[in-house]
Amino acid sequence: MFTRKNLLKSATLLVSVLMSSAAFAQGAPAHFGFGTAVTPQDLAGYFSIPPDGRGLPPGSGNAAAGAKVFAESCAACHGDKLQGNPTAGIGGDRLLGGRGSLATKTPVKTVESYWPYATTLFDYVKRSMPFSAPGSLKDDEIYAVVAYILSEAKVIKPTDVMDAKTLPKVVMPNHDGFIPDARPELSLYR
Amino acid sequence: MRQQHPAVYDEKAQRLADEMVLAEARHIAQRKAQDQDLDQDCDCKEGMFPQASVTDRRKFLFAAASVAGVAGSSALAQAADKKAPAGAFHFDVPADPTKEQGRAVLADGGYGSRSQFETEVRWRYPTPNDLTSWSMTPLDKMLGNLTPSGLHFERHHGGIPTIDPAKHSLIVHGMVDTPEKFSIDDLKRFPSVTRKHFIECSGNGLTEWNKPTLKTVQGTHGLISTSEWTGVQFSTLARELGLKEGSAWVLAEGADAAVMTRSVPMEKMLKDALVAYGQNGEALRPEQGYPLRLLLPGYEGNTHIKWLRRLEISDKPFMTREETSKYTDLLADGKARQFSMEMDAKSVITFPSGDMKLPRPGFYNIQGFAWTGRGRVQSVDVSVDGGKSWYPAQLGSSPEPICTLRFSFPWVWDGKPAVLQSRCTDETGYVQPTLKQLIAIRGSNGPFGSVYHLNAIQSWAVNEAGDVANVHA
Ligand code: HEC
Repeated sequence: MFTRKNLLKSATLLVSVLMSSAAFAQGAPAHFGFGTAVTPQDLAGYFSIPPDGRGLPPGSGNAAAGAKVFAESCAACHGDKLQGNPTAGIGGDRLLGGRGSLATKTPVKTVESYWPYATTLFDYVKRSMPFSAPGSLKDDEIYAVVAYILSEAKVIKPTDVMDAKTLPKVVMPNHDGFIPDARPELSLYR
Repeated sequence: MRQQHPAVYDEKAQRLADEMVLAEARHIAQRKAQDQDLDQDCDCKEGMFPQASVTDRRKFLFAAASVAGVAGSSALAQAADKKAPAGAFHFDVPADPTKEQGRAVLADGGYGSRSQFETEVRWRYPTPNDLTSWSMTPLDKMLGNLTPSGLHFERHHGGIPTIDPAKHSLIVHGMVDTPEKFSIDDLKRFPSVTRKHFIECSGNGLTEWNKPTLKTVQGTHGLISTSEWTGVQFSTLARELGLKEGSAWVLAEGADAAVMTRSVPMEKMLKDALVAYGQNGEALRPEQGYPLRLLLPGYEGNTHIKWLRRLEISDKPFMTREETSKYTDLLADGKARQFSMEMDAKSVITFPSGDMKLPRPGFYNIQGFAWTGRGRVQSVDVSVDGGKSWYPAQLGSSPEPICTLRFSFPWVWDGKPAVLQSRCTDETGYVQPTLKQLIAIRGSNGPFGSVYHLNAIQSWAVNEAGDVANVHA
């Protein structure tokens, strides 16, 4: 039989049970533990190469070897003189020229005139080029074609060898051409 | 064109501009061809009413052939049915829908599609290569604030990949205590948030720096769309993994053919970055990064990495191609601003807008969108005299952070020439500038000025005949 007292007692019990379980359920755990550990194999195919050259793979190449790679894998879309190819279905950018044009009425932005870091060229060609078969070049071929483009741009000598040590040391013509974002532009405030 | 304008268009820019104008003209022609199939004589033929007034489309014929010719085979493949517009199926229209049964429940296979009478589509900038190109949202046809997922603008640098979510994962590594790999299911187990935000490409309007180039608001402003996004906050993942002292930048990488990468300041990542898997109540659309994208509220669209597969925590930015060669703003002195991330306050009138026609003097409800990447919209003003006098617009909903807002303004057109403008002020006190003000700061030496971050006041001129045109005023 449920007496009044009994009822009160069990209700109190119930409340305290509820409260303790609620307290238990509250708040995110310190660690969810949903992920799995990253293995070296997981990262094997991934790279990203900042200006200090961290992440550059072993291997090397020079402009002579790069000229062959370029003729075979790049020229169809970027032109045999690296002048670009605007044909429909292609649209490869111009890669050379434009030095000294940035402050004029006709700025020409290319690897030669605009890009601040040579490491970016290696990183970009390795990740996205050739457009028709991205990621298909061997690291030696990438060093070589990078050497070729930089040599055609007269940024390095035709005999220079590009590798993990030399590439980060290349100083691009527009190395100092970038400034931090100056916005918000305070003159535009009420 | 070259002679008309002091700014020098080099060959490449001239070609791009010319082709954009042509592509837009084809899109307009297609719209008009559809309107001519109407058997009623109505104002809507003139592109007059932006939406919903087209009621009788019995004679509607979808010009499948002309679409294929214009947009290429991909457009055709997109149409669920060749007789219906993209995203729709064709059904015969009964003489009286009250006198016969309609379609059975689940006749659509369990997933609905839009009406065969709704024809709006994105159109694409005619870059030479349609694998690296962009398409624009028809802002003038939007009903309400959210963009239908199928009309969200796109920018791809290596096409749209097909990704099996069961084989996709997100790796977070670098300067963290414990690098981890998350499956999509893992990510969905974390606490999630749902937020409405716009995404705007910082190249939105790039043709408009030096002269009014495109005719319609879809062409001048269509690289902005708004969705409700659902996902895990980056801060939740950061807490899970632990950040090492000195971690200051995060490289986000996509799993597309461009293997797109951008460096993002850690401050932003911890403030409000989302690893999003949901868009408007369902999984992301493939064009929007299925199964995973980064969402950086208020940052330029390119940083919202789609098909996200990796976040590498670092002490310095990586200086990827997209943050050096592209998405940097070249100023008149030859220096370029880098990491110009936030999208400044902006607004545009979508009705009436370019290439519409006001059939006669009288009442028109001016409508538009306003937004800011720096918080909430505070107010919107409208001018009908080219900015000489301004009146407060009515806001269509309460402002939400980093989300578009509809505004409207009742206007009686007296039949005289008018120049319509809107001006957004955001909660930081920033006022949307005129083009002159912006060019005074940024210069305009390039064929497309400094290319990115054009957020100037847009002007639409109405002449005595009621024709609405894109002008610089
Ligand atoms: C099938 C055509 C094609 C081939 C082959 C090709 N590219 Fe490209 N390349 C492109 C396109 C298209 C772009 C622009 C990509 C974009 O819009 O993001 C581009 C962009 C580039 C850029 C960036 C230019 C800039 O200023 O931002 C570089 C550098 C480049 N390619 C180098 C190469 C090299 C080196 C090769 C050969 C190994 C190569 N490309 C092969 C089509 C091609």
